[in-house]
Amino acid sequence: MTLAGWAQIALFCAVVVALVKPLGWYMNRVFAGERTLLSPAVRPIEVALYKIAGVNERSEQDWLTYTVSMLMFHVGGFLIFYIVLRTQGWLPFNPQGMTAVAPDLSFNTAVSFITNTNWQNYGGETTLSYLSQMLGLTHQNFLSAATGIVVAIALIRGFTRASTRNIGNFWVDITRCALYILLPICIVYTLFLVWDGTPQTLGAYVDATTLEGGKQTIAVGPVASQVAIKMLGTNGGGFFNANAAHPFENPTAFSNFVQMVSIFALGAALTNVFGRMAGNQKQGWAILWVMGVLFVAGVAVCYWAESAGITGLNELGLTGGNMEGKEVRFGIAASSLFAVVTTAASCGAVNAMHDSFTALGGMIPMINMQLGEIIIGGVGAGLYGMLIFIVIAIFVAGLMVGRTPEYVGKKIEAKEVKMAMLAILVLPLMYLGFTAVASVLPSAVASIANPGPHGFSEMLYLFTSSTANNGSAFGGITGNTPFYNVTGAIAMFVGRFFMIIPALAIAGSMAEKKIVPPSVGTFPTTGTLFVGLVVGVIVIVGGLTFFPALALGPIVEHISMTRNMLF
Amino acid sequence: MIKLFRPAFALLIALTVLTGLIYPLAMTGIAGVLFPKQAEGSLIVRDGKVIGSELIGQNFTSDRYFHGRPSATTGTDPADPSKTVPQPYNAANSMGSNLGPTNKALIDRVKGDVDKLKGENPGVPVPLDLVTTTASGLDPDISPAAAYFQVPRVAKARNLPEQDVKKLVDSHIETRLFGLIGEPHINVLALNLDLDGAALR
Repeated sequence: MTLAGWAQIALFCAVVVALVKPLGWYMNRVFAGERTLLSPAVRPIEVALYKIAGVNERSEQDWLTYTVSMLMFHVGGFLIFYIVLRTQGWLPFNPQGMTAVAPDLSFNTAVSFITNTNWQNYGGETTLSYLSQMLGLTHQNFLSAATGIVVAIALIRGFTRASTRNIGNFWVDITRCALYILLPICIVYTLFLVWDGTPQTLGAYVDATTLEGGKQTIAVGPVASQVAIKMLGTNGGGFFNANAAHPFENPTAFSNFVQMVSIFALGAALTNVFGRMAGNQKQGWAILWVMGVLFVAGVAVCYWAESAGITGLNELGLTGGNMEGKEVRFGIAASSLFAVVTTAASCGAVNAMHDSFTALGGMIPMINMQLGEIIIGGVGAGLYGMLIFIVIAIFVAGLMVGRTPEYVGKKIEAKEVKMAMLAILVLPLMYLGFTAVASVLPSAVASIANPGPHGFSEMLYLFTSSTANNGSAFGGITGNTPFYNVTGAIAMFVGRFFMIIPALAIAGSMAEKKIVPPSVGTFPTTGTLFVGLVVGVIVIVGGLTFFPALALGPIVEHISMTRNMLF
Repeated sequence: MIKLFRPAFALLIALTVLTGLIYPLAMTGIAGVLFPKQAEGSLIVRDGKVIGSELIGQNFTSDRYFHGRPSATTGTDPADPSKTVPQPYNAANSMGSNLGPTNKALIDRVKGDVDKLKGENPGVPVPLDLVTTTASGLDPDISPAAAYFQVPRVAKARNLPEQDVKKLVDSHIETRLFGLIGEPHINVLALNLDLDGAALR
C-alpha cells in the first residue's frame, strides 16, 4: 500500500460526499415535480410524452398499480431487447455482419439487462451489432436504472407520507427520472469520455498494420454513449468483453476516477433525498454513514490483499503486489478501489479481472454483493435494500427495549418485518442454492477455469453476482452454457423482483399509517448508536448466511496460497 | 390493468427511441464534430495507412522495440477456423487470463517469463508488470521500471548509446494526474514510434 494510493481513495470519498447534497437537492425537486434549471428545455418533451401515453401527471397510484405498471414496463422492455438480439443480423447498424444471438444467450442477456445486472455471457465486440448495443444495451441501461431510482422514491414516499394509499405515479416518475436526471448527465458525460479517448462512431472495425508489420483489427463503435449510462445507472455491462479494463472504455486514470464517482453519485445522493423527504437530512446522513463504514472496511482489506500480492509470485522475487489481470495506468490502488466500488454498488463494470485477484481481495467483492448491495448499492436498489435492513434493525432494537419500533415517525409492524425478511431470505436461497446444485452437476463443474477452491469461488461468484444484480464475474468460468444461462437468468429475475415487490408492498403499508409524534421513548435514528446497530445487524445477518460458503472458497484458498499449495 | 396498457406501450416505445436511438446517434454526430480524432478511436495514420491506435497496445517481439505486457487474448486459428489460438493484443476480442492466485498454470507461466527476462538483464529485478498479463489484453502502457529494464536490449539491437535510449524513455513518462490519480506509465507504441523516428534522424 502506498500513500499515493490512500490519497486517491480519500479523494474519491471526498468527491462522492461533496456531491451528495447538490445532487440530493436536485433529485428531490425533480421527483416533487418542481421546476428545475432544465425545465425550459425538457418540459415540452415531458408534456408531449404524457400526451401520447395518455398519462395524467396529477393522478397517483396505490402500491399495487405502481407495481403492475413497473412489471408491464419490464415485460415490454424484455421483448424489445430479446427481439433485437434475435434479429440483429437483418437490422441496420451492423457493419461487422454479426448474426443472430443464440436463444439461451439472448434470454440470459435480456433478463440480465432488464434486471440491471448486465452479466456478460456475451462478448460485446464479438457478438453484438451496433444496433443491439444502442437499442438493446444502452436503452435498458437507462430504463432499468430509472426503475431502481423510482422504486426507491416510491418507498421513501411510503415512509414519509401519512394516511394515504398513493405512493406516486410510475409513468411520471420514470419519465422524469430519464429526462431530468439520467439523460442530461449522460450527454455531458459522453462528451467527456470522447474527449478523453473513448470512441463514438458507427464506422466498421479498423484494420491496422502494426509497427512490426502484423495485422491488428481494432474494434470500435458507439462506445461512449453506452459507457456513460452503464456507469451512472450502475448497470455495468460492457461494450467490450474486457469492460472498463479496455483502453477504449476507460482510457485514462482520469476517466477511471470519474467513472468510479459516477457509479456512486446517484446512489449516495438518494440518501439525501430520503433525508429531505423525511424532513430531516440527518436521517439521510445516518444511512450514508452505515454505508461508508462498511465501504471503507472493504476497501482497506481489498487494497491490503492486492498490495500483499500472490505468494507464489512473490517467491519468484517479484515485488509490488498483484498485477495479474490489472492495467498499468490504474495500478493496484485504483483497481482495488474500483473492484470494491463496483460491487458495493450493483454496477459490475470491472477495470481489472476479479478472477485474478488474491483470494481475500476477491472475497471482498463477493461479500459486498452477498450483503445485498446496500453499500451505496445500485441506483435506488441500494437505498431500498438498505431501508429493508433498517426495518429489521429497528425491529431488533424494538425487541430489546420491549416497545413497538418506529422509524421516521412510522410504527414498524408485523407486515413490514415479514416483507423485509422475505426480501432478505430469498437472496441467499438463490445464490447458495444454485451454487450447491452447480457443485454437484458435472456439466456445470466442467465450466470452471481454475481448479481447486478457486473453482468453487467462480461458481459462487457467478450466482452471487446474478442474484445481487451486479454483473461482474470471476470471468474465467464459461457462463455461456444452457445451464448457467437459464439458472443465472432465474437468479437475476428473483434477485431483482423479490426485492422490488416486497419494497413496494412495504411502501404501500407504510403510506397508510399515521405519523407518530416522537417522544422520549423514541429510539433516535440519526446518531452513532443507530449507525452501529444497523452495521451490526447487516454484518450478523450477512455473516451467518454466507460465511460457510466463503470458508469453502476464498478462505481455504487464502490458506492454500500462503502455504504455496497450487492446483 | 387494461388502462395501463396504453401508457406502458406508448412510453416504452417513446423512451426506447429516445434513449436507444436518438441519444446515441445524436452523441455520435456531436462527438464526431467536436472530437473527430478520439471518436474514431485515436487512430495513428502514417502515409495514409492506419498503423494502430494511441490507446491500444500492440504485440512487440523484436529486440529493436520495447515490449508491452503479456496479453492473454485469443483469436481464430488461421489454419483451422473451428479452433481458437493465443493471439496477443487481438483488439477485436479483449480479455484477461483469468488465472487465479493458486493456479499452477499462472505460477508456471510467470516463472518461465521471469527466467527468460533474468537472462536478458541479469542482476536487475524483474519488473512485475512485464510478467503479468493485462486485464484487457490490450494495455498500451508499461511502468517506467519495465521500460528501463529493456533499455540495454533495445540500445544494443539498435546500436545506440544506452544514455540516449534512456533519455527517450524519460521523456515518455506520464505522471499521475494532479500528482495523485493513477500510476506513472509509458505508452509503448508512442515510445517505439519515437525510437524509429530517432533512428531516422
